[in-house]
Formats: sequence, C-alpha cells, structure tokens
Amino acid sequence: MKYIDHHAHMVSRTTDDYAQMALSGCLAVSEPAFWAGWDRSTPEGFLDYFRQLTDFEPKRAAQYAITHYNWLGMNPKESDDRAISLAVLKHLPALLDGPTVLGIGEIGMNRVTQNEIATYTDQVAMAAEFRQLVLIHTPHLEDKLKGTRVTVDVLRRYPSLPPSRVLVDHAEEHTIGLILEHGFWAGLTLYPQTKVSAARAVDLIEQYGPDRILVAGACDWGPSEPLAVPKFVMEMRRRRHSEALIERVVLENPIRFLGQSPKFRLPAGLEAFAARPA
Amino acid sequence: MTRTPERSPLSPTQLVDEYFVENRNRLLEIAAFLDRLDRADASLASDDFRVRVFADAIRALSTAGPRRLTHIQMLLSDPTTKPLASLDRKGAVGAFDPSLAEIRR
Repeated sequence: MKYIDHHAHMVSRTTDDYAQMALSGCLAVSEPAFWAGWDRSTPEGFLDYFRQLTDFEPKRAAQYAITHYNWLGMNPKESDDRAISLAVLKHLPALLDGPTVLGIGEIGMNRVTQNEIATYTDQVAMAAEFRQLVLIHTPHLEDKLKGTRVTVDVLRRYPSLPPSRVLVDHAEEHTIGLILEHGFWAGLTLYPQTKVSAARAVDLIEQYGPDRILVAGACDWGPSEPLAVPKFVMEMRRRRHSEALIERVVLENPIRFLGQSPKFRLPAGLEAFAARPA
Repeated sequence: MTRTPERSPLSPTQLVDEYFVENRNRLLEIAAFLDRLDRADASLASDDFRVRVFADAIRALSTAGPRRLTHIQMLLSDPTTKPLASLDRKGAVGAFDPSLAEIRR
C-alpha cells in the first residue's frame, strides 16, 4: 500500500528507517519543525535546524525515492521563551518561500502558558497574513483537552485562515469531535504509549468516517514507530476494511491536505488523484 | 457537517475472536501493576493523585455504553481553560492533579 506520512521527524531517524519506510510503500513525508528534546540557546540554533529541515533532509530522503516536505515555525515546547520566539519569527516569512516548505508548523501549546498562547497566536496571524497551511501540535496527555480548546478558540479569531487549510494534530477520542466540527483536519499520530494506537485510530475512522482525517507515525526522537502507518494499514485489513477506504486515509487524504500547497507535487503515477472530487 | 461512519465488516463474535487474547493480556498487566503498587506501598492508592484517578478509570471501565474511553480521557484531563501564568514544568505526567485547580483559582 502506497502512503504518505504527513508528520515524520526524520532528523531523529537513521537512513535505515528511510529504507524501511520506502520498502513499505512510503512515497513522501512532511516534517514539522519541533523540539529536539533539549532547548536551543540562540535563535541561530533554530535557523541551523531549519536549514537541516529544508536543505539536508530532502536530499537524504531522495536517496530512498521519498519526497521530503517540511514545515517551519517556533515549536510549542520552546515557545514559552518569548525573546527567542520573537527573534525566530522575524526570520520566518522569508524562509516560508523555500521550495519544500509547505507551511507553518508545528505550532501550538505545551503546558498552555500565557507565553505559549502568545507565540502560537503570533504564528496563526502570520499564517493568515501569508496564506500558509498550518500544522498544529496539541499538548500531551492531561494537557491535550485544555490545549485543544484554546487552540480552536484562537483559530476562530482568524476567519481569514480557512479551516480546510489547518491540520490540528495529535487528536484523540476526547478532542477529535471538537476539531472536526469546526472544519479543521484532524491528525492521528500513532504512538506506542502516549497518543493513539493503530487499533484506536481504526476505531476513530469507524466512528467518524475518513473525511478530513490523517494518520502519521511521528518518527520522533522518543518512543515512536517509523512504520506506524503500514501497521495502521494492517490493522484496517484486520478489521476487513476495503483497500479503497485504506487508500483514502493513508494516501488520498494527505494528498488532499498537503496538495493545497502549490509546492506539493503528486507522486509519480498518482496523477489521477488530482481529478478526483474532494 | 454530517459524517459517515465506516463500520468494520467484522461480526461481534469475530471482533471478540480477533481481539480477546491481546486484551486479556492488557487486563492482566493492569492487575499486575496494581498488585505491584500494593506490594510497594498500599497507601499510594489514596495518596497519589495518579493512582486515585487510575482507580476511577477502572470503575469507568465497568460502566455500560460505548463511551468508556472518552469518559476515562476526561477523568485524566485538565478540565480548565485558564492559561498558566508561567511555565511550571516541561512535560505532562499523564493525569491532572485536582489540587492544582484549587491553587490556580
């Protein structure tokens, strides 16, 4: 089954992982800028990281015939530092023109502090002004519900940012309804422990249907699974779902969302997707 | 917007056939975790907010209806929307501490 992983922190992964993903059908990944597990001490540290995302990583992915796209922004985990955040955001508009940059992300909140909300709001405003796609991180565990509520409240203050151009990621059972009912895309990131398992993701597809839902493996530096999307495919098959429904979720939906950026190119052989009704 | 569910073609019995053993294992893992805590310190059940909410969640498992998971997610979640004035720690711990809600008021 061919698929696209819309949320994959490949800088944390070895080339072996790229090889396994390619062997299991991965055609493209999109990599949002995120926290490295430790705080960067200068704005220049972020600029170097953005260069890694936009310059080095696409070349590494290409060795495995995987197209690499990326998202730039001040990530939630470091966004409480307003001084560094504002310094980084000054550079962002120029960087968004990069040929593989699909939009602003992943932005959002971590512990839902006043500073985090301010940095997030700055970036939502920037996305509206520069007509960018947005990929939003929602907080972990006990903070997810609160963070998702605040996330949506801020987005609703920017009607010039169409909900169809916003992906609210890391959705779970208690937040997906709120995300979808406001017209946003909902992302299900498949983790071994901390978010949604493949089985629960299939449950959510069964309950909500496939419209505006994406699944991803995250592939980050902590416990996570680079082959999470193929394992989701296996779980869908285990429930005897049709190949057409599976393809809709893991290939057609990412094409529909990411394809709103003119920089996204349909993978070879999939030109027919462009003609399909949304 | 109306959404169209996609029910699994599996029958109820097929669902049990498919998923019983792995969930039997999960049930035993939870029992083992609780026994382990008791062997370490039985007072944790009342003293640690995470263990208290864990017990609430286990009671929620025994209720009828299709929304057990969402109910448990809500038990574990921060129900407030007021932002923190400053960053208190970097990461989440898995369950909301109700005593913090009192402090924030």
